[in-house]
Amino acid sequence: MTTLMTRIGTAAIVAIVLPISASALTLEELAARMERLEKKVEAYEKRYGPLDEARASAPRASHEATPASAATNWSKGGLELDDAESIDRIYEAGETGSVGDNWWERTHLGGYGEMHLNLVGGGDNTLDFHRWVLFLNHRFNDRITFNSELELEHSLSGAGKNGEVELEQAYLDFAFANGLHAKGGLFLLPVGIMNETHEPDTFFGVERNPIEKEIIPTTWWEGGLGLSQSLENGFSWDVGVHSGLNVSTAGNNAYRIRSGRQKVSNAPANEPAVTARVRYTGIPGVDLSIFGNYQNDITQAAGTEDNSAYMVGAAAKIQRGGFGLRGLIAGWDIDGSAVAAMGRDQQWGFYLEPSYTMPLGDTSKAGIFGRWNWYEFARGEVDQYDAGINFWPVDNVVFKADYSRIIPDGGKAEDVFNLGVGYSF
Amino acid sequence: MTFPRTHSLVFWLLALTCAGQAGTTVYQKPSEFIRAACGGTLPPTNSLPLSAAHQARIKRLLGHSYKPSRVRYWISGTRLVVILDEIGKTQPITAGFVVSGGRLEQVKVLIYRESIGSEVRRTSFTNQFKGATLGGSGKLSRRINNIAGATLSVRALTELTRLALYLDKVRPK
Repeated sequence: MTTLMTRIGTAAIVAIVLPISASALTLEELAARMERLEKKVEAYEKRYGPLDEARASAPRASHEATPASAATNWSKGGLELDDAESIDRIYEAGETGSVGDNWWERTHLGGYGEMHLNLVGGGDNTLDFHRWVLFLNHRFNDRITFNSELELEHSLSGAGKNGEVELEQAYLDFAFANGLHAKGGLFLLPVGIMNETHEPDTFFGVERNPIEKEIIPTTWWEGGLGLSQSLENGFSWDVGVHSGLNVSTAGNNAYRIRSGRQKVSNAPANEPAVTARVRYTGIPGVDLSIFGNYQNDITQAAGTEDNSAYMVGAAAKIQRGGFGLRGLIAGWDIDGSAVAAMGRDQQWGFYLEPSYTMPLGDTSKAGIFGRWNWYEFARGEVDQYDAGINFWPVDNVVFKADYSRIIPDGGKAEDVFNLGVGYSF
Repeated sequence: MTFPRTHSLVFWLLALTCAGQAGTTVYQKPSEFIRAACGGTLPPTNSLPLSAAHQARIKRLLGHSYKPSRVRYWISGTRLVVILDEIGKTQPITAGFVVSGGRLEQVKVLIYRESIGSEVRRTSFTNQFKGATLGGSGKLSRRINNIAGATLSVRALTELTRLALYLDKVRPK
């Protein structure tokens, strides 16, 4: 909409110019020129805000002296952008202009991947492109986004192949005021340290720690609904109602937690599960959380005894300068006479991981770590010691090397050297 | 308790709890930030045109090219006030900066649009930047501790702090 000033100014120009040039220009030509001028003003106002006639003629008393000549004072020449309303409007959508309204500007790709070489003492060595992951996210509007993650594990999928194609995330996120979010669909459960954040450049070690494999079955996703909120005081909370595990009751994998993941693939949904977490990140470099999961019957089998199960855990992640410390403890308690008779009713474990990271040049860094893991799961007790090094040429690319000594209770110790490369974007 | 019934109940609770609220969070209007940083008044808006040399340097500071061809700023005494934004993961984070004598006095997240990582708004995090200067290699003089789960937002604010300190160096004085 053309402002009053523009119309008055245009009328004045017409009044002055018309007598002089009437002989050279027809009224129609002048009208066409005025129309073009008005369109230019409209386009300018649309981009930079309305022209303000009052302030153009009378600068604000609080204005300070115009700085040196290389800078342009935008209040000169009537280009008024220094009123509060205009300033707020300019920054409302983000000045970088990188996020537009076209669908392709609201759709984003990301991903990560990692390849591992496992050199097993006394056994076969393996080279495996363990994970290739693609994120596809779309923003419908300021409130609603879609997030998804598609993963190819072990390079090849299909009958008789080692790998599989997995949909690890696909959910709608609804953002509300005060840091509150609701989501529905297939999402990662808020438990442990690595279940939600496991890009290879974010952790030490070629392979993920065994506690967040056998006790917390990372990567663990379910289908359902979730709520979360991040509070001003540093605390945040998550709660979700979702599909549950479905463990077998016989064989080598009986009551093995990791084998109970259904991956939301035509999964039996007779028994819902609930997950909750409280987290504190109010001090930079400190991340503390407690979390839990409950399921009414972890076997989801009709006509047999109910195996209600709950998992509780706590995790700490602390970074002070170059020094880092991660620690996690988590355990399951499964009800039922059959599982108790097998000695698999309580499964738990912990790890401690100190580390030190130092910068190398402008963009590179390197870090060393050690980790002690102990866990008791469906196949017995295991002690595992890890030590190694990460090298990041840039933040999102990492090369890794480590050594693991794995000591099963009553079994033969195994030594493994691992090399890995990973990335995320 | 059946599965669908449980979900249905939670869904309606969500709907009732959340109805009518907004997504993008404005913690402070940019104009209010400028006023607060400039003793309660709103100085005239200045513009610094970014030359090719500026853009090349900024590209190294941010790790990517910078789209705007000029930057708005405000002056109060010796203090530079500038409002910048940078993509966190998929959305721009708008933050206000106050720089005086090459040192960062204040950084504040003004508008946050990402679905996660809003913990960077907390003063316990932003206070880490106070007093930071820009080294010759483009690094901050202070090491900034990360916030778990907000890595990309932390990175965005760190990059913007570098940019704000650089703009204070090259602005007309």
